[in-house]
Amino acid sequence: MIQHSNSVQTNGQMALPPWRSRVLFVLLLAGLGGLLVRGIYLQGIHNDFLQQKGAARYSREIDINAHRGMISDRNGERLAISTPVESIWVSPQDVEATPKQVMQLALILGMNAEELRKRMFDTSRDFIYLKRQLPPEQAEKVVRLGISGVSLKREYRRYYPGGEVTSHLLGFTDVDDNGQEGIELALQSKLGGKAGSQRVIKDRRGHIVEDVASVRAPKEGSDIALSLDSKIQFLAFREIQQAVEQHKAKAGSIVVLDAKSGEVLALANWPSYNPNNRGKPNVNLLRNHAVTDLFEPGSTMKPFTVAAALELGKVTPNTIINTEHGVYAVGGRKIHDTHPEASLTVAQVIQKSSNVGASKIALSMKPEQFWHSLNENGFGSQTGCEFPGEAAGRLRDFAKWRPIEQATMSYGNGISVNLLQLARAYTVFANSGVMKTVTLLKQETPTVGVQVYSATTAHAVRDMLEMVVKPGGTAPLAQITGYRVAGKTGTAHKLEGGQYVNKYVASFVGLAPASNPRLIVAVMINEPGGAEYYGGQVAAPAFSNVMGASLRLLNVPNDAPLDNVMQPTPADLIAEEV
Amino acid sequence: MLTKRELQRRFMAHLDPILLLSISLLMLLSLVLIYSASDGNWVRVLGQFVNILVAFAAMWIVANMPLHYLMRSAVPIYILGMVLLVCVALFGDISHGARRWLNIGIATIQPSELMKIAVPLMMAWYFEKHEATLTLKNYFVAALLLLLPVALIARQPDLGTSVLIGASGFYVLFLAGLSWRIMLGMAVIAAASAPFLWSMLHDYQRHRILMLLDPSQDALGKGYHTIQGMIAVGSGGLLGKGYLNGTQTHLDFLPERTTDFIFAVWSEEFGFLGNLILLGLYIFVIGRGFVITANASTYFTRLMAGSITLTFFTYAFVNMGMVSGILPVVGVPLPLVSYGGTSMLTLLLGFGMLMSVHSHKQLVKT
Repeated sequence: MIQHSNSVQTNGQMALPPWRSRVLFVLLLAGLGGLLVRGIYLQGIHNDFLQQKGAARYSREIDINAHRGMISDRNGERLAISTPVESIWVSPQDVEATPKQVMQLALILGMNAEELRKRMFDTSRDFIYLKRQLPPEQAEKVVRLGISGVSLKREYRRYYPGGEVTSHLLGFTDVDDNGQEGIELALQSKLGGKAGSQRVIKDRRGHIVEDVASVRAPKEGSDIALSLDSKIQFLAFREIQQAVEQHKAKAGSIVVLDAKSGEVLALANWPSYNPNNRGKPNVNLLRNHAVTDLFEPGSTMKPFTVAAALELGKVTPNTIINTEHGVYAVGGRKIHDTHPEASLTVAQVIQKSSNVGASKIALSMKPEQFWHSLNENGFGSQTGCEFPGEAAGRLRDFAKWRPIEQATMSYGNGISVNLLQLARAYTVFANSGVMKTVTLLKQETPTVGVQVYSATTAHAVRDMLEMVVKPGGTAPLAQITGYRVAGKTGTAHKLEGGQYVNKYVASFVGLAPASNPRLIVAVMINEPGGAEYYGGQVAAPAFSNVMGASLRLLNVPNDAPLDNVMQPTPADLIAEEV
Repeated sequence: MLTKRELQRRFMAHLDPILLLSISLLMLLSLVLIYSASDGNWVRVLGQFVNILVAFAAMWIVANMPLHYLMRSAVPIYILGMVLLVCVALFGDISHGARRWLNIGIATIQPSELMKIAVPLMMAWYFEKHEATLTLKNYFVAALLLLLPVALIARQPDLGTSVLIGASGFYVLFLAGLSWRIMLGMAVIAAASAPFLWSMLHDYQRHRILMLLDPSQDALGKGYHTIQGMIAVGSGGLLGKGYLNGTQTHLDFLPERTTDFIFAVWSEEFGFLGNLILLGLYIFVIGRGFVITANASTYFTRLMAGSITLTFFTYAFVNMGMVSGILPVVGVPLPLVSYGGTSMLTLLLGFGMLMSVHSHKQLVKT
C-alpha cells in the first residue's frame, strides 16, 4: 500500500517538537546575521581602511628619471647627448633566485657570483644597485632570467661625441646624471630637468604589472645651444695640441671669440681628457686652464697701457718716447729692453714691444687713472661667462701702487688674468672702443658692451697692433694669407714662490681681418720647453693657423691681397723683452 | 521509441526543479569565479566543469534510487569508511604535515570525505532502526558512531573536516530528539574540558585560533591568510571592483584563490551586493532543504534531509566566516563554488539524497 505524505502527524516519534525548530531557526538567523554584520563592517564601514591596506600592497610610487637636455654648438651640432641605459637593482626581501640563476646573472653582469649572492640576499637593505648603466641589450638578458625581486631602472648615460676636444668646456656628469664640471655643472638646473614619479601596480613578487598614472611627469631637461662652433673648436684644439707638443710645453690654452658679439666660438686646452672614459682622470687634467687659471700676461697688456694714455691725451701715436737705450731705472730697479733703442714713437713701442717705452707711458698717468682704465677694461673681474671656478684675475688697489709697480704693470707684470678675460679685453679694438660681454651661450643678438675708449683711440691702437705682425714687429709669424692681422705678443717669466724664474708663458692675442675684425684668437703656451719660448715664436704660428682657417671657414671676405705675407723677420727681431 | 519529450521527462523525474535551479546557479557562479580567480586559466575552469559533470551524474543516480537502497547501504559504507580511516592512520601518505590521504594503487583517496556522507547516513539508519524504542542508550551508541570517526579525522589532523562531520552528526542527534538536558550537560562538559582540548590541538591549529584574535601580530606569517581575506573582502566595498578587476586576487596577494578563499575573490569583485546575492542563493538552497525535510515521510529520511541541509549551511557559514575573519582558518571550501572534485561530489550526493527523499516519498512501502 502506498502511504501519503501527511503521515508525519501520525507518527509521534517523528514529529519535531516546535521548540527544536525554533532553536534551529534562531541559530540559522544568528549565523546569517553574523555574516551580514561582518559584511557590513568590512565592506561598508571599514572598507576605506581595508582598501588602503590593499592598495598599500600593490601600489607603489617609482621615480622616473628626466632626460637630460642636449648640449649643442651654435649650428646644432651635438656636443653632449644622453642615451638611455638600464640600471639593475634588487629589493633583497623580494628576491627569489636559484643558485643557477645567480650564476647566470653574475655572468651577464660580469660580477663575482659569491659577492653578487651576498648583495642580492642582504635583507638588511631595501634597495641595492647591482650594476649601473648597463647597455639595453645586456639588460634585456637580465630580464629574460626572470628572477623575482630583480628590477631595472631607466637611467641616462651622457655621451660626448667631441671627446677630449670639448671636454674642458662641457665638463661631465656623474653616474646620477648630475653635472660635475664645466657647462654640465654651470647649467645643471636647466639641463637636469626634474625627475617625475609614477604610480605602478606591482604583484606579490614585485613585478610591475601596470603603469597606473603618472603622479608627476618628469620635467625633461632643456636643450642648450652653446656659442661654440665645433669646426673652429676642432681647429683650435688641434693647433693648441700641436703647439704644446712641438714646443715641449707643459700646457696650452686657446680662446676664439666672435669679435662683434662676444660669443666664445672655441675654447680648448691641451693636455685634455676623454670624458667618455669613466675612470677618474687626474684632477689636474680636468681644469679648464683658459678660464680657471691665472697667468701674468706680459706684453699683451701694452696695448691697454697705450690706449689709456691716448684716451687721457697724454700721448699721440706719433709722440716720441725716450727709450733710454734700453735701460730705465724706476725706484731703484731697472727696466730692460731686448732691442735697445734711443727713442721710439708710441706706435713703435707697441711694434717692438719696448718695456721702457711702455713704462714711461704708464708713468705719465696718475695711478688711479691707469687703474680706472684697466678696471673698465675688465681686468681684475670675472667675465660673467658663469663658467664654474672662473678666476677673477688680480688688479691691485692703485692706492698701494709703488711707481715701479705701475711701470711693470704697463707690460703685464704684477697683474694677472685668465685667457678668456684677456681675449675679452681685446674686443675693444674690434668694436670702436666698446668691450663686449663674453658668453658661452649662443646669442640671437650681440651682447651689450661698455664703451671703454673712444673710437679714435681704439682704431689708433688697432693700427699699431697691425704693425706688430709686419716686418720689424715681434710677430711676423702671425701673418695670414689674404687677411690683415692686428695682434700682440707676450712673453712673461713665471712666478714661482714670489720669485720670477726662467720659465715662460708665451702668448699671442690677435684680431682679423684688421680692417673690420671678425674674430679674436688668444693663445697661451705654458712653459715651452724647447729653445724657443717667445710669444712670437711659440704662440703666433698657432694663432695664424687657427685664425686663417677659421676666417676661411666663415667665408670672411679678404681684406688683403693673397700675396700679403712678407718674408719672416730674422728670429732675433721676434725676440721681445721679457 | 521514446520521444525527446518523454526522455526529458524521465531524466527530470526525480530531480527537484527548485533545488536544481538554485544549485545550478551556484555552480555556474563557480565556473565564472574560477575563471577570474585563476587569471583566466581555462584548464582550471574546464577541470571544475568536469568535476561538476561527474558530481551531477552521481546526484542523478542517487536521486533516482529509492530510499531503502540507501538505507541498506548505510552500514557497509560506514564500515568501509571506518576501515579506510584506520588504514589512513596506519599507512596514510603524509603531505603538508597531515596524514589524510590513502594510496590505493590507482589513486589517492581522502576517506574523511566519504565519512561526510557515511556518518549521518549511519546515524539516521540507527535511529530509524530503533525508532519505536528510543532510549538514552541509543543516543549514546549514536554519539559513539559519530565520535569515533571524528576523533580519527581530528588526529590526522584535519580540524575542518572533523568539525563539519561532528556538526552533521550532531544535527542528526538534535533532530532525533536528544534531550535538552543532555545537550546542556554536554555543553558544560565541553566548556570544562576546553583547556584540555586546547592542549590536544596542534601548534598550527592553536595559531590559527590565536590569529583570529589578532591577525596583525604575524601579518606575513600565520596571519597572512586571514589578513589577505579581510583586505580582499573589504576592498570590494559596496558594489565591488568589478569582474576580473580584483587587485588582491589578480596580483597574487590572495592565497588559495580558487579553493578555500574563493569567497574573497567574489567579495572583492562584486562587493556587499554580490555577497547578498550569494547569501540569498544559499538561503534558497537551505530553505528548499527544510521544505523537503518537513515533508519527509520517514524518520530516516527526515533525519538525513535535515542533517544534509544543516551541514550545507554549516559549510557555507564556516567558509565565509573564515574568509571574513570571524572564524579560524580551518580549510573548509565554499560549498558548490570552490574548486575541487571531492567536495563537489560529496555535496551533490547529499543533494541527490534530498531529491530522492522528496521524489520517492509517495512510493515508500509501509
